[in-house]
Amino acid sequence: MKTLLLSTALVALSLSPALAGKAFISNERGNTITVVDTDTWEVLTEFAGGNRPRGITVSPDGKKLYVCASDDNLVRVFDTETYEELPSLPSGPDPELFILDESGKRLFIANEDDNLVTVTDTETRQIIAEVPVGVEPEGMGISPDNKFVVNTSETTNMAHFISTEDYEIKYNVLVDQRPRFAQYTADGTRLYVSAEIGGTVTVMDIAEDGEPTVIEKITFEVPNVRPEWLQPVGVRVTEDGSRVFVALGPANRVAVIDGESLEVLDYILTGQRVWQLAFTPDEKYLISTNGNSNDITVIDVEAEEAIRTVEVGQAPWGVATIAD
Amino acid sequence: MSVAVRVREGREREDHVRITGAALLASFIIFVWGGAAVALDVRSAVLRVDYPSLLPVSRFDLRPDDIGFAGAALADADNGTTGTFLGHNYETVTRAVPPEEADAALEDLLADGIRLIVVQAEAEDVLRLADRAAEDGALVFNAATPDTALRDTECRANLLHVAPSDQMMADAVAQFAVWKQWEDWLLVEGSNPADVALGAAYRRAAEKFGARIVEARTFEDAGGSRRTDSGHVLVQRQLPTFMQEARDHDLVIAADATDYFAGYLPYHLWTPRPVMGSGGLRPVTMHGAHEAWGATQFQTRFGKLSGRYVRQEDYNVWLALRVVGEAVTRTETAEPDTIRDYALSDAFALAAFKGQPVTFRGWNGQMRQPILLFDGRITVSVSPQEGFLHQRSPLDTMGLDQPESQCTAFN
Repeated sequence: MKTLLLSTALVALSLSPALAGKAFISNERGNTITVVDTDTWEVLTEFAGGNRPRGITVSPDGKKLYVCASDDNLVRVFDTETYEELPSLPSGPDPELFILDESGKRLFIANEDDNLVTVTDTETRQIIAEVPVGVEPEGMGISPDNKFVVNTSETTNMAHFISTEDYEIKYNVLVDQRPRFAQYTADGTRLYVSAEIGGTVTVMDIAEDGEPTVIEKITFEVPNVRPEWLQPVGVRVTEDGSRVFVALGPANRVAVIDGESLEVLDYILTGQRVWQLAFTPDEKYLISTNGNSNDITVIDVEAEEAIRTVEVGQAPWGVATIAD
Repeated sequence: MSVAVRVREGREREDHVRITGAALLASFIIFVWGGAAVALDVRSAVLRVDYPSLLPVSRFDLRPDDIGFAGAALADADNGTTGTFLGHNYETVTRAVPPEEADAALEDLLADGIRLIVVQAEAEDVLRLADRAAEDGALVFNAATPDTALRDTECRANLLHVAPSDQMMADAVAQFAVWKQWEDWLLVEGSNPADVALGAAYRRAAEKFGARIVEARTFEDAGGSRRTDSGHVLVQRQLPTFMQEARDHDLVIAADATDYFAGYLPYHLWTPRPVMGSGGLRPVTMHGAHEAWGATQFQTRFGKLSGRYVRQEDYNVWLALRVVGEAVTRTETAEPDTIRDYALSDAFALAAFKGQPVTFRGWNGQMRQPILLFDGRITVSVSPQEGFLHQRSPLDTMGLDQPESQCTAFN
């Protein structure tokens, strides 16, 4: 999806060089979406995003913004250019986090209150399937070959591997307490699952047929920070798989992990209670949402340093980006 | 549209010892399922003893008929959903009985083959029931009584305490008061034995954290708990008089375990001071407005199931049965001894909407958990407070620590 976005971006650039890349931030308590220019890091605007907006993503062509409006029990859709609201998508109750397939046709949505993953067709705006999963489903990852969607259930403590063909669960992997995010590497050979209360990231090798094997658990340690504050949530992996970034919640840091040795190399200071992460499409920057300080931190990916903080709305939760 | 779940008994064991991020990973076990199910029936019970009691001071505190049981229903739903993927079925029976029928109710449960029993009862009854249950190899969870002795000289090897002790609650309040630098306390105690026990916990907490009880007063329980009609007129005149001419103090601590006067203390003092303890800012395991650490989902699920706000009693029972669920999930057995040993082991950790895993103290079977400080509307703070350190866990700064506990049943 990243490559697609990027190529779309290049085309757009040649046509209209004045347009800027954008980051969209869902503000869970402010019920708004903040739009930030990813070149100047100025806030462009803030618009109403429905009630309790959390999960946020963009269509592969970069034209549509999807937002889980958790308390409205639907997915709100916006034009990324005009910010005009488009017809909503049915999501099932309390949508929290979701993921689009590569074509952008199917949206896989975690329904936190109902122990379901809902699959919605973004074109017909119909629900295609409902998959019963564990208690409090949240994290949603999709394999690069689009064959599996992985959902994490926060109270059941499992990663459920759902086939995108028949919507059946093929594997369940028990992980540590409160798994919140699942992220495949771009080559699909590895999966990272964060466990917020367990304080770990479970690393799985993925066989060609999609079968997972747990190979490692990454733990964290920061001097002068209580171990229970090290709560892994958002996970992002660079395209080449060499670096894994993990948001550590109330530890106010993003961990930098070597994708090969799986060793934690560094901790980057961010704003307070850092949860979700997103790269800009060119992977130059990583953006973190800091729910308690109402801002985002911009991290220079190559330098592995925080370069600036941008104030956004109330309790920023998720972030999605588009190219210019 | 619904999806069949395939579960297989096979598990893959992975043992890795490796240093990552400067932290040492000992060993861990991972399960991957993909085949047919192995059925396991997990049968538990909640035994609630309903004592004769007066109406609470506030109508908001009226006891719902399903108090505690609603927590069991949610736990069954939560455990059951997880069990779907593993072939584990959970069933919890609930019994509410007057004190004189408690023993017979336990006999029935044991005769029915149930060996995992959550008890909501007073200390004396809990001990007797736990001892009887021990004869049949049953594991008992105390979900109600805060009696510190049960974690101390009167501890039992088959009795795990999910409910915090008076001492944990008092220490939670004391830490917040000391953090605020409100260190001179006026202690107002009730006259019933439970009030006196709670008062003693506050005295120990003051000593432990360097606060001073500059004066202690006893508010006699003269009968008649709830002021109706024009009762507030009397309260408004009587309480300030009772509270006047006290030595200089920063804070009023109320020890009213029987709930007959502490609710009236705020706004009716002689000297304007905050109230904590049984009135004003109260230590609780959970309340219906707690939202941090994902608790919103817990509240939504509980509300949908029961049609009301969660009470501490419900949360305590839910938590006890979640301990069972977590132990069954990880050990794949419903044997009480295995569940007990796993719960007491270092491997055990359970997310409980408190921002960190809850675990058990291996020396007296008390669950470690953060305590919420609740003003009646919101979570004002959560103890342990910053700066209170312990070599094992900051949670062990609250309640009986290993060197203080005289419990030997767990040795």
